[in-house]
Amino acid sequence: MIRELVVVSGKGGTGKTSITAAFALLAEKIVLCDADVDAADLHLLMAPRVLGSSDFMGGSKAIIRKKDCTACGRCRDLCRFTAISEDFVVDPISCEGCGVCVDLCPEQAIDFPVQKCGEWFVSDTRMGPMVHGRLGIAEENSGKLVSLVRREARELAEKQGLQLILTDGPPGIGCPVIASIGGATALVIIVEPTVSGLHDMRRVAQLAVHFKVPGLVCINKYDLNPEMAGRVETFAESHNMRVMGHIPFDPVFTQAMIAGQNVLEHAPDSTAAAAIRKVWQEILRFPAMNTLGIKDFSSNIQ
Amino acid sequence: MIISIASGKGGTGKTTVATNLALSLGDGVRLLDCDVEEPNCHLFLHPVMTDVQDVTTCIPVIRQEACNGCKKCAEICRFRALTVVAGKVLVFPELCHSCGGCIEVCPEKAIDEGYRVLGVMESGKCGELGFAHGRLRVGEAMAPPLIRKVRASRNGEKTIIIDAPPGTSCPVIAAMRGTDFVLLVTEPTPFGLHDLRLAVEAVKLLGIPCGLVINRADMGDDGVREYAEREGIPVLLEIPYDRKIAEAYSRGSLIVEVMPEWAERFRRLYSGIVTLAGSSGRQQ
Repeated sequence: MIRELVVVSGKGGTGKTSITAAFALLAEKIVLCDADVDAADLHLLMAPRVLGSSDFMGGSKAIIRKKDCTACGRCRDLCRFTAISEDFVVDPISCEGCGVCVDLCPEQAIDFPVQKCGEWFVSDTRMGPMVHGRLGIAEENSGKLVSLVRREARELAEKQGLQLILTDGPPGIGCPVIASIGGATALVIIVEPTVSGLHDMRRVAQLAVHFKVPGLVCINKYDLNPEMAGRVETFAESHNMRVMGHIPFDPVFTQAMIAGQNVLEHAPDSTAAAAIRKVWQEILRFPAMNTLGIKDFSSNIQ
Repeated sequence: MIISIASGKGGTGKTTVATNLALSLGDGVRLLDCDVEEPNCHLFLHPVMTDVQDVTTCIPVIRQEACNGCKKCAEICRFRALTVVAGKVLVFPELCHSCGGCIEVCPEKAIDEGYRVLGVMESGKCGELGFAHGRLRVGEAMAPPLIRKVRASRNGEKTIIIDAPPGTSCPVIAAMRGTDFVLLVTEPTPFGLHDLRLAVEAVKLLGIPCGLVINRADMGDDGVREYAEREGIPVLLEIPYDRKIAEAYSRGSLIVEVMPEWAERFRRLYSGIVTLAGSSGRQQ
């Protein structure tokens, strides 16, 4: 059974990508997946060799053919996104792609071509295969691209007999995050001990409950405010989320990033590296992650 | 004067800059927290909220007795929010983009406008500072309409400061679009630089003048500064990494509270923005 761990945080900049990259070194036989298609960074630590790239075709956008348009104004009346100007030009950024104007234009003067909204890639890295994407600037449909990248990662895992997908998730709790977590084995929630870190983690925890995915908590930069780290822990425990461990604030994270490496490669003897190894061991102990769970159970019966 | 504060990468200090800047300016300023997925400004400002309202979007409600199962509504819906099963229309409200196509096209006029709650907007004051933020309902995917609602909140202030969400996709565009200036906040690291480039592309697409704040300016490398120089993006403020600032942030305190001398720097940052926005306005 293929398992998927999705690393999320709610708040941005808590260390999702750095920690995902370090986990990738510790995990064996994995597929890496970067689901932060909006501002993907994992490739900066992975130096992926792109084996194949494909266009991501998202929604369609309306384009009015000037020569066929009689300026009747029907499209402007219909458009709820005020995307059509007085001289009947569709603003592609405002166009939601609903196609209502296209269908109801009395002159049938509106085209509706499918748009390329981004790209996605299958790559090879020193930690194994990686599936990643890049949403075009100012594009919509980030959730669709996330779902696509995750689906491709799963197919790749099945094809190559790899048991674990490690997914670097986006920040927030909206569309791309919702697309990142459905059907995951567990979320690893990276929290920093700040008022905003705790606030944002609460919301991502609620989202995890909403989509019935278990949440595991990892407190990064915990020594920045040990009292707040304690509050994060209390919150996690009272909401049935296990705390996997604490990682100290350490400039080696930044140094590793500059070197294009993960923390374990760059500073294997650092306290941060030791803490990450411990967190990973804890994650592997989580029952849903135990690849032998079902087998063990049946052997007990025998 | 509307200033949006954006970054590409999360956690670079947008909220820090937005709150400190707004508070340093005070009277006649309104701060709009448009990071509706994870709004944080209120944690630092503790505004007194005087108004709370649900923000909704319209969805179709089928009057089954009037529906003859013709499927026209399902056919026009590009978001697959409607489907017809055994002559009955099923609505999936969470997929609806509120385009109104189904209502328009129904020959039996059997579809009414209902609504789905996207989240709440709260507004109030923090001393002299006007304040509003949106909070997306957990499980709701669609942030832009809520962001636009928060953007429209106004109480006579002349200066509007917008704290935008991270990224470069539709929620960020909803927060940045139509503003007079984009203040980009980054950190001088490879991640910071990579995501800054994306943010700059978005700003260029919208044709808005921009400037840069480098946060934790002494951690990392020179990539961001070199890039800014090459691109001609003015660096308006550098905030050093200071454990005192980081700890204050973790407790929910502002820089200007623990180091009052910073208020003057944020006011100077504002003057710099006014100059840049003004000169580019004249060019246009």
